[in-house]
Amino acid sequence: MRGGVREAAPSEASGAAGQARGAAPAPATAGLLRRQGSLVPQRSIAGRSLVMVIAIMTFLACLAAGAAYLVARAVNDWTSSIASEMTIEVRPMPGRDIEADVAAAAEAARKTSGVSEVKVYTRGESEALLQPWIGTGLDVTDLPIPRMITLAQEPHARPDTADLSRRLAALGPAASLDDHRAFISRLSTMANALIVVAVGIVVLVLAASALAVGFATRSAVALNHEVVEVLHLVGADDNFVAREFQRRFFALGIEGGALGAAAAAICYFIAGILSTKFASSAAADQMEAVFGSFRFGALGYVLIAAVAVTVAYSTSLVSRLTVKRRLRSMA
Amino acid sequence: MNDARDAAPMIRFAHVGMRYGIGPEILRDLTFAIAPCSFQFLTGPSGAGKSTLLKLIMLSLRPTRGVIEMYGSNVARMSETELTMVRRKTGVVFQEFRLLDHLTTFENVALPMRVQGRSEASYRPEVVELLQWVGLGDRMHVLPPVLSGGEKQRAAIARALIAKPEFLIADEPTGNVDPTLARRLLRLFVELHRLGTAIIIATHDYSLMEQFEARRMVLGGGRLNIEEPRP
Repeated sequence: MRGGVREAAPSEASGAAGQARGAAPAPATAGLLRRQGSLVPQRSIAGRSLVMVIAIMTFLACLAAGAAYLVARAVNDWTSSIASEMTIEVRPMPGRDIEADVAAAAEAARKTSGVSEVKVYTRGESEALLQPWIGTGLDVTDLPIPRMITLAQEPHARPDTADLSRRLAALGPAASLDDHRAFISRLSTMANALIVVAVGIVVLVLAASALAVGFATRSAVALNHEVVEVLHLVGADDNFVAREFQRRFFALGIEGGALGAAAAAICYFIAGILSTKFASSAAADQMEAVFGSFRFGALGYVLIAAVAVTVAYSTSLVSRLTVKRRLRSMA
Repeated sequence: MNDARDAAPMIRFAHVGMRYGIGPEILRDLTFAIAPCSFQFLTGPSGAGKSTLLKLIMLSLRPTRGVIEMYGSNVARMSETELTMVRRKTGVVFQEFRLLDHLTTFENVALPMRVQGRSEASYRPEVVELLQWVGLGDRMHVLPPVLSGGEKQRAAIARALIAKPEFLIADEPTGNVDPTLARRLLRLFVELHRLGTAIIIATHDYSLMEQFEARRMVLGGGRLNIEEPRP
């Protein structure tokens, strides 16, 4: 009885055995098979919830990044326009002829190297500058209104401000030079602080998103413990298993990132339309003067897209690292 | 078969013991070798530790004492890459099948090829032919939950064979099939053995063991007794 297989039919068995050990494959019934399914069951990941979390996080990150972009652009506009000008203020002093002082100061400015244009504000123009604060219809004839002279700089040339200050000092305490450096410095410091805060918010939001993804990944690995074990036993290494989870989470990251970025882009688009609509009002003019234009521009939308892509890739990377760490601990 | 036993062992256990947690030792001082191209049955009463021994062999568990060598290397000192390469040389038929329920029969059987990074086009003909041979040609697009026990068993066997393993581990491979299919599957295992695959089949089925003269590894009381086939 022992020594051979009863009712053996080697020709029948050898077909599959030969195939299994390297015989030539038979023609396939190709074209009937569905596309290969994901090795990580979709229902084992809290996909909807995770997509919503990622979308909300991306939305907040995009808003913060957009705000940082608007502030940075406004600061750039301010500094480039302000830094190209200087101002001489001539104050009325008892016993002095202010018109003579203004003329002398303007002459000193014209003689200074690096100054391309000198504009002297007349008394009428100086009074007009005060109108937004003191209103119209007020007789200001007796008020000691200072006079202003603006100096435009030659492109790519630094005016000799030390020389100009010396010349103005010769006129006495009535005239003083303001090159706006202190103002620009304070403005830049404030704007940079705002940008740092906005970037910090982006980083915190991305970190919170990464933590959520890490938690979801650990949960997914635990739920798919059986799948992971089978994959290992059929010859998958940790990289393969991690890649399978990564692929699934990357898809969720793209979906959530796209939703959040789209919502933020719509918000900025609507805000741009509204700012244009109300641009003619005085309040809008002052807001635009201080905070710059609310128009986002193509670069702003590119920034939002970059945040979404960063979210998707960080989701993918975090899930991969989490899976690999879990697999190492399981081993 | 004698030539096979004389060859350098594919697997060698030296004084291996295994316990779960602080419980009693389930396997005690196991020392044996499995040669390339050899055929053996692993048998013993329920609870004797057959599944635990198979898990040790398939590198799913680490022993609490002793040394396991596979292909000449100590398993305890193998890198992750080496463990993966050893697993790829081993086909496993699980008692509880362990098919992935969200993949079709075709995808389950093709899994060992897929994890090796091969394209579907390169292995599709082999998978389809093997599925047709095990009688699942018309069930290849079906998910495991709708397969019968016998069909799942055949799919599990096909998955173990598809990557042409050097060593095949089968845990009760005929437990869920009728006697005719059981004989047919045994013929398949014997044919694989003749073509050079080392095989270990864990079974309670003495009638199955009676059908083929082979080494018997009998577990009892945590110890292993090996009965060599009669010359």
